Amino acid sequence: MPTTSPDAARAETLSIAVEADVVRVRQAVRTRAAALGFSIVDQTKVVTAASELARNTLKHGGGGHCRVEPVTAGGRVGLRLVFEDQGPGIPDVRLALTDGYTTGGGMGLGLSGSRRLMTDFDLWSEVGKGTRVTVAKWK
Amino acid sequence: MDRIPILRMGPFLLVTIQVDMYDQLALTLQEDLTDLIARSGARGVLIDISALDLVDSFMGRMIANIAQMSRIMDARTVLTGMRPAVAITLVELGMQLPGVRTALNVDRGMELLRAELAAEAVATTGDDEWEPAPQAEPGHADDQP
Repeated sequence: MPTTSPDAARAETLSIAVEADVVRVRQAVRTRAAALGFSIVDQTKVVTAASELARNTLKHGGGGHCRVEPVTAGGRVGLRLVFEDQGPGIPDVRLALTDGYTTGGGMGLGLSGSRRLMTDFDLWSEVGKGTRVTVAKWK
Repeated sequence: MDRIPILRMGPFLLVTIQVDMYDQLALTLQEDLTDLIARSGARGVLIDISALDLVDSFMGRMIANIAQMSRIMDARTVLTGMRPAVAITLVELGMQLPGVRTALNVDRGMELLRAELAAEAVATTGDDEWEPAPQAEPGHADDQP
């Protein structure tokens, strides 16, 4: 990766405890996606997904953290984001991934929408333990 | 607390969102705008988002809410300057922005608001010519025993 500086390749973890942290996550993800050479459209998709998932971590998970991690596989460059909380968990994961299903009074597009915006999407959740959403976008 | 400034331009209110939106800021804008529509009697609201590099489902919902609220308060809303990447992402996210008029830039947005206001003025004048219709009422009263 000649275009990537060592700093841009290092993983970082950001805490999500207050609303301003959601903005900080967006900015960190934008910086990374731009440094990795993602197109403007892909940068926008990744940052928008990050915004949705960070808000979920804050509002449904009661806060947590986000790991921003550049990854490579088979010569391809990607950006992986892991959102984790120790909140109440999601009782019905399939229902939570349905468009329009909401418990937070929103549009119910956070999870399902982020899934469409990213290449890889993995959701782990256990009631009473927490939720972990791992997403990645490949160039 | 942070606030997004709202400018008055004749019968219209103009909002240019230039900062990274967070949820409380969006809610404050919603309240400030509806409050100002009520106080000023504004007939149109133009929201320019050309400086925004993302619109997520929360912001989208806020924009759709503002459009609906101002409609109820007799003002039209037009959203201008959405970046191509933001439009692509919004559609993929599944946001439809129902009831929100859009224009490519502020100039076209103002044109749209002026044209709507002018069209409404004509329609209102037209309404006056309909005046005889309610006068059918006394006739009905006579029919009653």
